[in-house]
Amino acid sequence: MTDELIAISILWGFIFIYAVMATMDFGAGFWSMIYINRQQTNATKIANRYLSPTWEVTNVFIVAIVVALFSFFPRATFILGTVLLIPGSIILLLLAIRSAFLVFAHMAPTYEKVLTYISGVSGILIPALLISVLPITHGEFIETIDGVSRLRLDRLFTSPHEYAFIGFAIASTLFLSSLLLADYSNYADEMEAYQVYRRDALMVGPIAFIMSLLIMVTMRNEARWLYDGMMDYLPWLIASVIMFLVAGAALFLPSMKHKGRKGMPRLAVIAIVLQYFFASYAYGKAHLPYMIYPDVTIQSGFTHPNTFRALFITYIVGFIILFPGFIYFWRLFMKDRRYLQQEKQK
Amino acid sequence: MDHLLTARSLFGTTMAFHIIFATLGVGIPLMVLFAELLYQKTKDRDYAIMANRWTKGFAILLGIAIPSGTIAGVQLSLLWPGFMEVIGKVMSLPFQIEIYAFFVEALFMSIYVYAADRIAPWMRILSVTLVAIGAMASAILITNVHAFEGTPAGFRIENGEIVDVDPWAAFFNPSFVVTATHVVLSAFMTGAFVIASIAAYKMLRTHNHKRLYSFHRKALMLGLTVGGIFSLLTAMNGHESAQLLHEYQPEKLAAAEGLFETQSHAPLAIGGYTDRETQSVKWAIEIPWLLSFLAGNSFDTVVVGLNDFPEEWWPPLFVHTLFNAMVGIGMLLLLLSIIGFVWNKVLKRKEFPRWFMWPVISAGPLAMLGIEFGWIFACTGRQPWVIYRMMKTEEAVTQSTNLGTLFILFTIVYIFLFIAVVLVFKHYFGRHPVENELDKHQNHSLLV
Repeated sequence: MTDELIAISILWGFIFIYAVMATMDFGAGFWSMIYINRQQTNATKIANRYLSPTWEVTNVFIVAIVVALFSFFPRATFILGTVLLIPGSIILLLLAIRSAFLVFAHMAPTYEKVLTYISGVSGILIPALLISVLPITHGEFIETIDGVSRLRLDRLFTSPHEYAFIGFAIASTLFLSSLLLADYSNYADEMEAYQVYRRDALMVGPIAFIMSLLIMVTMRNEARWLYDGMMDYLPWLIASVIMFLVAGAALFLPSMKHKGRKGMPRLAVIAIVLQYFFASYAYGKAHLPYMIYPDVTIQSGFTHPNTFRALFITYIVGFIILFPGFIYFWRLFMKDRRYLQQEKQK
Repeated sequence: MDHLLTARSLFGTTMAFHIIFATLGVGIPLMVLFAELLYQKTKDRDYAIMANRWTKGFAILLGIAIPSGTIAGVQLSLLWPGFMEVIGKVMSLPFQIEIYAFFVEALFMSIYVYAADRIAPWMRILSVTLVAIGAMASAILITNVHAFEGTPAGFRIENGEIVDVDPWAAFFNPSFVVTATHVVLSAFMTGAFVIASIAAYKMLRTHNHKRLYSFHRKALMLGLTVGGIFSLLTAMNGHESAQLLHEYQPEKLAAAEGLFETQSHAPLAIGGYTDRETQSVKWAIEIPWLLSFLAGNSFDTVVVGLNDFPEEWWPPLFVHTLFNAMVGIGMLLLLLSIIGFVWNKVLKRKEFPRWFMWPVISAGPLAMLGIEFGWIFACTGRQPWVIYRMMKTEEAVTQSTNLGTLFILFTIVYIFLFIAVVLVFKHYFGRHPVENELDKHQNHSLLV
């Protein structure tokens, strides 16, 4: 593997982890807004209990992505930074308001309603804006005149391709988060909440799937090079579809652990994460060597080799130091039944 | 406003906003740690209550520090893509390592806040310590990038190409240690004085209530002691910072002091404003020979004046005022600490006079102002360069236009967040007055 490939794999790894964590984060905010007036189920509480400790960690991944991008691919950052000024700034403003209110609601419960609406609405807007970076890298919306790149917002927002991505982002956010919350509430033995989120996942899942097909259809017209590339990885796409079907089946099969309970949400979560992983692998491989089509490739945008080597060493050291911290965090908030079931104890 | 000035104003506003929360984010955890340690030593529950309440305040501040820091980090690439292209190739190590520090801080902050009741006491103390270390490391690493901008190292630019890259040489650039130390020490000082300010204010309002008064008095003593120690250390390190300028960025020192002619036995100008026409500092108090002595530890040190540099390289001349304001505030805070020390330890008076509370109340806000002046001085004084003698700020700025609207939008959001944070503070500490916690423990001890 060349240095460039290692670097782009690390970057893609960060993006994938962030995408999964963030869709759950943003989606949890949306669901707690939807179920705010249904006090009989614990659906909102479950969502908030997941959200409270995780958002800070999720937030770090955004910065990690940006840092990995400009340290590995300074040239690509130059162009992306230039064209993303407006959408990037809007994302930043939304994120700032959202995270501030997440903390404030914990400290001052009186503001809880305001928080819930802010985090619910931003939970839909932010993923829609974030995913737009992908169609922008397909190149057709960037115009370069006299060496100055700029984003043609008019072309972007009249393109069916862009809207397919936006629809996909929103549907995926709701799908992944409802699925994870179903698993989370199942683990906490919150049956009512589990039923609610399982039903939501079954509803949104097919929509997310249709949206991904729409992306392919519009891509065929608007980014043919990428479409052809993805077709070379057809087996990966088929595997992705199979995982989607596995997840669907897992939600209907009877639970093996608990008699009389319908569905194996943990299996469904794993299958769906694999589904997205396979599809994003095919997308990413087809996208190479271009970072921004057709001007920037991973080779032309690459950092200085000495810097890459130094960075790579810090990645290994950083990983060794942080890994136990992540495990501990996971055990405290995802596995500890005292935390998951705190309502019942009271 | 022209394009470059708008970009600088936008980024400057982001940093001026972020630095308030970032500074307290470094300073307050240290105070929490001291309070925890004092509790272990004296077994006085008041210190445990202090640690608990300061942590709550810190958690609120972090709600702004994290998103504003995220904005600052991403805005670098959005507003200064030319600069970040060089940083990416040469100086990305501190950013990358900062991510790990950021992860440590975020993970253990969540654990400390949301799992406090489920983890062992020693794990709680370890978590706060890791939060404090994470915050401090972030400050050191980001300051390192600032240091690099003033004293770049580890690369050359040849025909527009970046060559001979040595990322660790860039990391350990000449001003790294002194500058990062300055930032950390002054943050510790500011955190302590902010605590002292609040305590002094509360003492004025509770002087009829003996129990409360004694609680706040303990907080005041801790704040003044820590603040005093770190104001002394900051001043000593500040002297080193100025000597570093003399060696590496002489035109910045010349502008800071309003010195136009190169000379030995140079005078130190205190106060006044720099006048470009007459090439002098008007209305200043001049102390002969002192600048030479401060710059190089001897009166015959030759200090380079602005006239030795082409005028387009001159930093804006108002930095003299900013520099004076920063140093002046530092000196005032040091004086305040010395008076407090003499009164309490040398004259052995138990109580401070009431009038003394007023200067203490102003110490926290003054320290924060000093931080702001210092940062504006440090960054404006580097102009017109974004990387000293390597890249001009105007070469680094984004080619995208319409920054004015963004400037307004971000400013509105910062004002909104600032108001929100003040309201949350009022709300939380209004609902949870310290009386409740003190009573709780009193009742508890009566029962036992």
